[in-house]
Amino acid sequence: MITADIQTVLPEILLSVYAMIALIFAVYTGKDKVAPLLTTLTGIVFLVLAGWIGLNGSGTSSVFDGAFVSDAFSRFAKVTVLVAAAAVLVMSQDYMSRRGLLRFEYPVLVALAVVGMMVMVSAGDLMALYMGLELQSLALYVVASLRRDSVKSTEAGLKYFVLGALSSGLLLYGASLTYGFAGTTLFSGILEAANEEVSLGLLFGLVFLMSGFAFKVSAAPFHMWTPDVYEGAPTPVTAFFATAPKVAAMGLFARVVHDAFGGVTGDWQQIVAFLSVLSMFVGAVAAIGQTNIKRLMAYSSIAHMGFALMGLAAGTAFGVQSMLIYMVIYVTMNVGTFAFILAMEKDGRPVTDIAALKMYSKREPLRALAMLVLLFSLAGVPPMIGFFGKFYVLRAAYDAGLAWLAIAGVVASVIGAFYYLRIVYFMYFGEETDALDGKMTPVLWTMLMGSAAIMIVGVVNLFGIEPIAAAAAGALVN
Amino acid sequence: MTVAAFVFYAFSVSTILGGLMTVVSRNPVHSVLWLILAFLSAAGLFVLLGAEFVAMLLMIVYVGAVAVLFLFVVMMLDIDFAALKAEMARYMPLALLIGVILIMQLMMAFGVWGFSEGADARLAAPISGDVQNTAGLGQLIYDKYIMLFQLAGLILLVAMIGAIVLTLRHRQDIKRQDILAQMYRDPAKAMELKDVKPGQGL
Repeated sequence: MITADIQTVLPEILLSVYAMIALIFAVYTGKDKVAPLLTTLTGIVFLVLAGWIGLNGSGTSSVFDGAFVSDAFSRFAKVTVLVAAAAVLVMSQDYMSRRGLLRFEYPVLVALAVVGMMVMVSAGDLMALYMGLELQSLALYVVASLRRDSVKSTEAGLKYFVLGALSSGLLLYGASLTYGFAGTTLFSGILEAANEEVSLGLLFGLVFLMSGFAFKVSAAPFHMWTPDVYEGAPTPVTAFFATAPKVAAMGLFARVVHDAFGGVTGDWQQIVAFLSVLSMFVGAVAAIGQTNIKRLMAYSSIAHMGFALMGLAAGTAFGVQSMLIYMVIYVTMNVGTFAFILAMEKDGRPVTDIAALKMYSKREPLRALAMLVLLFSLAGVPPMIGFFGKFYVLRAAYDAGLAWLAIAGVVASVIGAFYYLRIVYFMYFGEETDALDGKMTPVLWTMLMGSAAIMIVGVVNLFGIEPIAAAAAGALVN
Repeated sequence: MTVAAFVFYAFSVSTILGGLMTVVSRNPVHSVLWLILAFLSAAGLFVLLGAEFVAMLLMIVYVGAVAVLFLFVVMMLDIDFAALKAEMARYMPLALLIGVILIMQLMMAFGVWGFSEGADARLAAPISGDVQNTAGLGQLIYDKYIMLFQLAGLILLVAMIGAIVLTLRHRQDIKRQDILAQMYRDPAKAMELKDVKPGQGL
């Protein structure tokens, strides 16, 4: 039996062992001199694992007495997480090494965080959920304050840590209430115990659990940490925060509400709908006053999490499918956008003020055009695929009888379009100011152009992820 | 009152007293000693529950290692505890208010608490039959929950890497001992004799 167990978690084991070997290798050889090599190698390992998981796995298997589930849903989320993490790692190498931030622990910590994320999306038990979540969070706290001589970066790490600890406390409290009610931490057992009606005690547990998740996906009203952490952390780390961990946390969210509380959809639906509508509006309205592009992306991510939660709020298989498609599109857009932000610099110093982008189109027409496509896609303007992501979640909400939520989503996305379009306005019509002179490395250029191209070409058939996402959602919701 | 009930109340009272005095006593060393009392009493409560292994762990790990470590830290660090206490006093009313509200909410949750059907059977399920604490825990941790145990190890590894990444600094501006350089030093070359003539400089 243990052989089957090990075979199922082999990708996680291999990645952990790789991280440990990489750590020891770097300590005993060149230390930070081998960091660029390790970063690239870690990216390659992520891609290999993603290919392996994506192509090899089939069916549903529940191992370690149900604590770990490998199904189409977890594989979909894992491949997304791994590819996103690989893209961000490769992008970050040049930026970090030029600023003396590329320490060999960085790729190791990212690899361990990814192990945590893989466990999160595969969790079949409250304990496995918590272990994965903490492994991921702890590694993220450290990389947030990687630039330890900067007050802002340290502040970002500390804030993230303290608030993250608080949210973990809430989550644990909810988990213990749920365990007390059901008598088991297994999701299957909770599903059995919590069908039809929910006692008030279990409802307390459910609310606490979901507060913890909402913090991790930075949904309003648990979003306060996001702008500060995004601003203070080094930009490549911000790019990482905005991609892989969000996918993992959303995957975890979907897994818990469907696998453990699938019998009481009505009870969590209203909470998710509330989180969703609040996030969309907070993200859309609060971003209007921002001039720092990293803070702006933070609010943008809050709004996008609102849309993804809208798909989840539908409580149907189609809702989960739309959420998965939305997350994949969101990650692709963010990788491209952050490739652009990473190249925003003047005299070798990073610039984050959006006013510096004025008349950018004159100097770098191609880059400005790519950014325009990405921003339109983030705003949800057709015919970019960002529009189709929003369209899917709106349809899921509408089909599930949440027409008011869908209308609120449309209103919020119109408000949110303002600040994306403002950047476009600056790039094409603003008055000329001090020029940005950052060169783009080939890697960043490829990421930016590739992501922008996907925004347009993807319209044809979304690269066929629709049936895969449908299969993934079908594996989760039944 | 049976003996068990009497012992339970005695241990409970001393646990609460220990916890309270840990927070309010003025001398930090006394605080740590009260903390040790709280740990010991809690260990007694565990024995009453039939969890003798956890009681032993509490004694060995918490009293034996953690509390002693606290004592060292408290004695070595030069912290002005009076100032910290003053800071605490400022926030006391607000903290008390929040604490009271939280307790009321928890009591509301507790008041309507209900177990699901068959929760007792599920609670008892992890360990089958009559095994001892130690054996039962071993079976759970190293067999059933082996993956979680290993993940906990990874979390500790991350904590260790994190502590090193964020605090270790290699200072360049200090002289370090280089043992090889010392050993390979050639005494004949280390010193040079100069014959300085009287009345002339070098």
